[in-house]
Amino acid sequence: MPALNQLLDKGAIAAAHRPCPRAVVEAAVWRNAAGRLASGRLTLLDLWGERDAAHMALRDAQTGETGVLSILCPAGRYPSVSARHPPALRLERALRDLYGLTPEGLPDPRPWLDHGRWGDAAPEPYPFLTAEGDNLHQIAVGPVHAGIIEPGHFRFTASGETVVRLEARLGYTHKGVEALAEGADIDAAARLADGVSGDSTVAYALAFARATEAALGVDAPPRAVWLRALMAELERLANHVSDIGAISNDAAFPLLHAHGGILREQVLRACDAAFGHRMMRGLIRPGGVTADLAPDGVAALRALLETAARRFPAMARAYDATPSLLDRTVGAGFLKPELARQYAAGGFVGRASGRGFDARLAMAYAPYDSLSFTVPTRDDGDVHARIWVRILEVEQTLALIGQILDRLPEGGIFAAPPAPDAPCEGLAVVEGFRGDVLAWVRLGADGRVARLRLRDPSWFQWPLLEAAIEGNIVADFPLCNKSFNCSYSGCDL
Amino acid sequence: MRSLLLQGLLRKPVTDAAPAPGDAALEELAQALGRTARRRLGRSLSIREVDAGSCNGCELEIHALGGAWYDIDRFGLRFVASPRHADVLMVTGPVTKNMREALLRTHAATPDPKWVVAVGDCALDGGCFKGSPAICGGVDAVLPVDLHIPGCPPRPIEMIRGLLALLERAA
Repeated sequence: MPALNQLLDKGAIAAAHRPCPRAVVEAAVWRNAAGRLASGRLTLLDLWGERDAAHMALRDAQTGETGVLSILCPAGRYPSVSARHPPALRLERALRDLYGLTPEGLPDPRPWLDHGRWGDAAPEPYPFLTAEGDNLHQIAVGPVHAGIIEPGHFRFTASGETVVRLEARLGYTHKGVEALAEGADIDAAARLADGVSGDSTVAYALAFARATEAALGVDAPPRAVWLRALMAELERLANHVSDIGAISNDAAFPLLHAHGGILREQVLRACDAAFGHRMMRGLIRPGGVTADLAPDGVAALRALLETAARRFPAMARAYDATPSLLDRTVGAGFLKPELARQYAAGGFVGRASGRGFDARLAMAYAPYDSLSFTVPTRDDGDVHARIWVRILEVEQTLALIGQILDRLPEGGIFAAPPAPDAPCEGLAVVEGFRGDVLAWVRLGADGRVARLRLRDPSWFQWPLLEAAIEGNIVADFPLCNKSFNCSYSGCDL
Repeated sequence: MRSLLLQGLLRKPVTDAAPAPGDAALEELAQALGRTARRRLGRSLSIREVDAGSCNGCELEIHALGGAWYDIDRFGLRFVASPRHADVLMVTGPVTKNMREALLRTHAATPDPKWVVAVGDCALDGGCFKGSPAICGGVDAVLPVDLHIPGCPPRPIEMIRGLLALLERAA
């Protein structure tokens, strides 16, 4: 019998959780699930909670089925999952900081999002993990960095130029998204989802909309479903082309940075012409989309496809035919495939280290179930592999945009979702440019959001960056970091 | 790569230039900005960007300012790596409680005369995060703000327009 079903069968199935089941289980079953995560039989999609319960979204590695396990915590305690399965560690630390639930047996008791600055008391110093050896020194970087990027602190322990240990400390951009969503109406919650991670605003809005529609048991009109996919692919395209250039820039090769920036701007201008917003923010809502393609939108997007088909292959060739650039990217920041598997790393980080998961295929949500595309993977796991996966993904995305434009159905773009007659819950996983974004929502009988959870792919990628950088030189950190391009705001919430 | 370089030499730059009638905004704005910057400061204007808790949307558009289309470097405006080299702090996001001290320290490290430009709707009053106990509020909850550029995120052209307004006001 499939592992996940076995666990779900041992619990009390929650009413109105869609599209997959949620079961409230005893501590023994919860621990059993942690063991199966550790053995790789189950994959951790997320771990979150509320004042009196903790939840785990799981995927059966063999059957591909998903489900949610919940454990009630009347005494504010539950058995730690990270005690058996380290990828849950920061999720459990964050859950404790925000909702006060204590994971029993938590291997790392330090706070995560709580920097000791939410109250009046002076903050305690944060004890970074140590490294032992001769002639080691520490380098502290951040939270304010030299570039135009998000804030976070990186603590390097180095032996000469070589990184012995890196530890990231995040949480600087914690804005209280989940607390704000409690009691919010659907529109206000959607605006919060838009603002979780600015480069993935389409992916988050889509995840929230799909989770809410699942909870209410409704579907968006077909044209809206296709327009959403169009926006998601345009967002992927804009991020991939500029990042390929930006990674090269961190290897002191600004030519590609300039070309990536030019192409990105062309994508944004086409999005603006098509939908009225350069980043397509605020356009996806539960029930559909709020803006249809402008009359000349299709022409603008077709022109973009032509431009990209001309410009992008030249970029890819320039990358692959420049030995001095390859000298920096090949072999740098190697991520072991077994770590990518253990952490269920999504996106190009996972796919460059042999983990082929892509929610568009694995969850086969519309319209991807009727589109033709492949998910490129590699096994070499270095900066070079992550760049190449993104190059190949750009090619797939350009083809997908063409297919969507060819087959875009006619009809309405929005159908106001009905008010629920009882509390209901929904879960959705969608593929953003960075990897799989998970949204879980509980609506109250009043139609307002009772609890909203949004999980960024970077939760399972940030820890891997720390592993991948080990043994590289400090000067290669920007290169390796950019090749992961994890979200700060998406994880800080 | 050689063909890319060669094309770069032979093709006209993509930089928004040649103000067509009716669409002169960017060129006009940017040239005026360059003139004013020189008059007020007698030199170029250095900008230090600080993300005080934004979603990263504003950062993406600020990045675009330095790219080939907008290329604000040609007018003497440039982004610098340290607040000690800056005339202007461009601050995005609601200021989170976790970033408050870092922002204050960055401001303290910026030599006078200095200006603070708050960028984006969140930087005004917290935007969609308004009311959260985890934020201090907009940028002016922590620093004196000379100018606010609205938008979610503001378009690059609006940011150039905003920097111009700042220079008009700052004597």
